[in-house]
Amino acid sequence: MSPIFYLLAALTLAGGLAAVLLKHLVHSALAVTVAFAGLALLFLQLDAQFAGFAQILVYIGAVAILIVFAILLTHGSELPKGGVFSHTWFLGLVIAAGVFAVLGWAVLASVSAVPQSNIVPSVTVHDIGIALVGRYVLPLEIVALLLTAATIGAVIVAMHEKERAR
Amino acid sequence: MTGMSTPLAGYLLVAALLFAIGLGGALVRRNAILVLIGIELMLNAANLNLIAFWRYGPHPEALTGMMFAIFSIAVAAAEAAVGLGLVIAIYRHTNTAELDKIDRMKG
Repeated sequence: MSPIFYLLAALTLAGGLAAVLLKHLVHSALAVTVAFAGLALLFLQLDAQFAGFAQILVYIGAVAILIVFAILLTHGSELPKGGVFSHTWFLGLVIAAGVFAVLGWAVLASVSAVPQSNIVPSVTVHDIGIALVGRYVLPLEIVALLLTAATIGAVIVAMHEKERAR
Repeated sequence: MTGMSTPLAGYLLVAALLFAIGLGGALVRRNAILVLIGIELMLNAANLNLIAFWRYGPHPEALTGMMFAIFSIAVAAAEAAVGLGLVIAIYRHTNTAELDKIDRMKG
């Protein structure tokens, strides 16, 4: 394992942890952006350049901005009176720790079985484009339809009954 | 630590930890937007698994894992748009984004 991996993993996990724990929602949005950036760098470290740059474009460019807009539109920057954690926070913590224990145990118990081939894949954007319009053309069309429907649906849901709002 | 000797196991552990952080965030926070952030973290952890298995699997030239991750990123973007639109719609109706105050269906 290279030291770069440890650095990027620490950056990603610190960003995720800060996003979940920070009180102010705007700070959380910034922290989750750091986590997204760390993940994009991990993708680049894994020789998946296209996925890494797609991650930067989609998550840092679009999802983070959407989250900030939603926070501002719902006055989420004001601290709630009853605290930021729900009253069942301990149960949630136990469930999350249990899930991590099971996943970690599954990974560590199957270390000898995981594939370790170290062929460095040389995948160009050209190959990905050919695959997208060849073997994966049906999923591509479905995703295009889904994105169109989701965009229109999000606008309709968010605009709903504006004139009747009290 | 024996698990960190193979690179794939390291990536899988990081993804598992990130998934647990996202799940914890979705379960312990009161604000609906924070719950959506937690869900995004979980989706990203799954993507990291897909890419890591693609990279260290026997046939990376088949592109399957990376394509799965790319489509997953697109679906996650659609999910974020609809989810945040729903949060804004709920805020318009109830004037709050705190999930424990939205209990109209409670008998």
